[in-house]
Amino acid sequence: MTSSTAVRTRRVSGAFIAAACAALVVTGCVSNEPRDEETAAAGPVTTTENDEPGDEVVIGFSAPAADHGWMGAITAAAEAEAEKYEDVELRVAEGTNDVNVQISQIEGFITDEVDAIVLLPFDGAALTEVALEAMEAGIPVINVDREFTSPFAARTTVLGDNYGMGVSAGTYICEQLGDNPDAVVAEIAGIDALPLTTDRSNGFKDALEDCGLDVDARVAADFTVAGGEEATANLLSAEPEIDAIWNHDDDQGIGVLAAIENAGRDEFFLVGGAGSSDMMEEIQSGDSVVQATVIYPSTQAADGVKLARLIAQNKTIGDLASIGVPRTVQLFAPVVTADNVEEYLPIGFDS
Amino acid sequence: MSGRSALSGPALRMGGLVLALILLCVVGIATTGGRFASAGNITTILSLAAVTGVVSIGMTFVITAGGIDLSVGSVLGLATVWASTLSTQYMAEDYGWWVMVVTALAVGLAAGLINGALVAYGKVPAFMATLAMLAAAKGLAELIAGRQTQRVEVDPFLDVFRADLLGLPVIVWIFVVVAAAGWFLLNRTTFGRRTVAVGGNPEAARLAGIKIKRHTLYLYGLTGLTAGIGAVMMLARTTAGSSTTGTLLELDVIAAVVVGGTLLAGGRGTITGTVLGVLIFSTLTNVFILNNIDSSVQAIAKGAIIVGAVLLQQWFAAREKSTST
Repeated sequence: MTSSTAVRTRRVSGAFIAAACAALVVTGCVSNEPRDEETAAAGPVTTTENDEPGDEVVIGFSAPAADHGWMGAITAAAEAEAEKYEDVELRVAEGTNDVNVQISQIEGFITDEVDAIVLLPFDGAALTEVALEAMEAGIPVINVDREFTSPFAARTTVLGDNYGMGVSAGTYICEQLGDNPDAVVAEIAGIDALPLTTDRSNGFKDALEDCGLDVDARVAADFTVAGGEEATANLLSAEPEIDAIWNHDDDQGIGVLAAIENAGRDEFFLVGGAGSSDMMEEIQSGDSVVQATVIYPSTQAADGVKLARLIAQNKTIGDLASIGVPRTVQLFAPVVTADNVEEYLPIGFDS
Repeated sequence: MSGRSALSGPALRMGGLVLALILLCVVGIATTGGRFASAGNITTILSLAAVTGVVSIGMTFVITAGGIDLSVGSVLGLATVWASTLSTQYMAEDYGWWVMVVTALAVGLAAGLINGALVAYGKVPAFMATLAMLAAAKGLAELIAGRQTQRVEVDPFLDVFRADLLGLPVIVWIFVVVAAAGWFLLNRTTFGRRTVAVGGNPEAARLAGIKIKRHTLYLYGLTGLTAGIGAVMMLARTTAGSSTTGTLLELDVIAAVVVGGTLLAGGRGTITGTVLGVLIFSTLTNVFILNNIDSSVQAIAKGAIIVGAVLLQQWFAAREKSTST
């Protein structure tokens, strides 16, 4: 290489780097502030006598890191719920996916002698021991979503219904396709290694069997947009003619929809899972392949906070004849369609 | 080795890869018939190969030079996020879709140059420097996006990159162009010869007058740039930017490059091999899904193929040594 070309190369690359830096500065604004401020819709309001202010209670709250839309909504909803009560002080520990950190958070709550703990463990088994310690120290623990391995580790457990999600999705698809036993049904699962995915898939399979259908094609993604897109692109290639698809998770649903649009397919209808506001808006629009989504409530930690307050104040739950807050509350997995989407939009989460 | 020239190392290696790809296609056709060979399915395979492919081209250069870049996946994710923030999208609406492209490329390039500077001038081992970037870029992406998915609403951007050109998706053409440019750069320019020299024998390269530090800086910049290009393609494919996009992509990319025949120790690189490696993995995934096979079985098969390919590579390398003496 002659010296003049070397100089030129250097000058060109130098200019390129300078241009790149300039571009970074120009688009440097990484803000996500919308131009027009939208006001958040108010959630469904249910009030009972229990909402009257009672004894001041301190509730410790710990959940995994908000690394996807649903988990983000979990903590946000819990905080919003606590905000409604002037007798509740919610101490929110920083969300973490490190079980060691989460254990130390609970140990901290025990030392602080909080009145109750709401715990959505990153791993139910790993947090069981420290939850037992809290219970032995006389602090009621409300276990949310991922169950402990010991029944003594929690005063009350609030669960979503993964199997029920599958059943709801399957039953809905049965209703839509019931008269056609040859219909092709496909399933886009989340992370296959998780027990919750197995539960959802089993419920789906059982519900379909009930009306003589089966899962003709099944792919697994990873709860991410990119993973949903890739799995769906392959699935659509594999099945040239599909009647119905159930996608386990609305967070990955954005990628699923992108792949469907890419392939230009619309001969089927899609049922979502979890209940994001994106999917609900698709349902509402009426011209999307998304016809329904099955709720996996992102308000369950908020329920945990409400129950923790009642337990700490020695109150009982309304609308039940028996005394005391129940041991287990399993939430319903309703199907959201165009008919009832208005009602559920306020609890849809942003993915 | 005159008597064996027809079976010389590189040709044999390429032959092996082509054979593996053909074998996969035969299995695909045998098990699913016309569904595998349909134009739509071929397009699917190529589109899925495109993003991994573009990043793999950049990675081929770094690995050929004896380095490694573990950060490509999270840099790609960061670039999708940065290029799809509301403020970037508003600018794109006002000035044109290219704003998003420039942002993604600039983010990728900047991250790559930081990697390169750390490795070349800071003397941080490539493994550690890029591992640190992996963590930091992911964190920054989460911070900017607030851990939420950012939908791309700039229609002109989507129209351009989701379109078809001459029967193939635009992103497949981007892969073709990047691969061709990569091949030219590696095989026909001083830059390419220097890259091989740096990886093969850094001391000799230094004595030959190659400015190793500056060259290393450029190499990581190049890989970062390909991650930026991959981000643009990913934004178009998924219509969204997210900090989760690109997670674990580095593993697919490194696997494809190494299976393709580029030496992990440096000194030998092949763009053709990388392209074949990428195609083998995307075809494999596709054949499995066409047959509705469990995702765990897919993962095992992927692992077996990587090990098999590396074992074969070592066998070829040993053979070359024995025939050339």
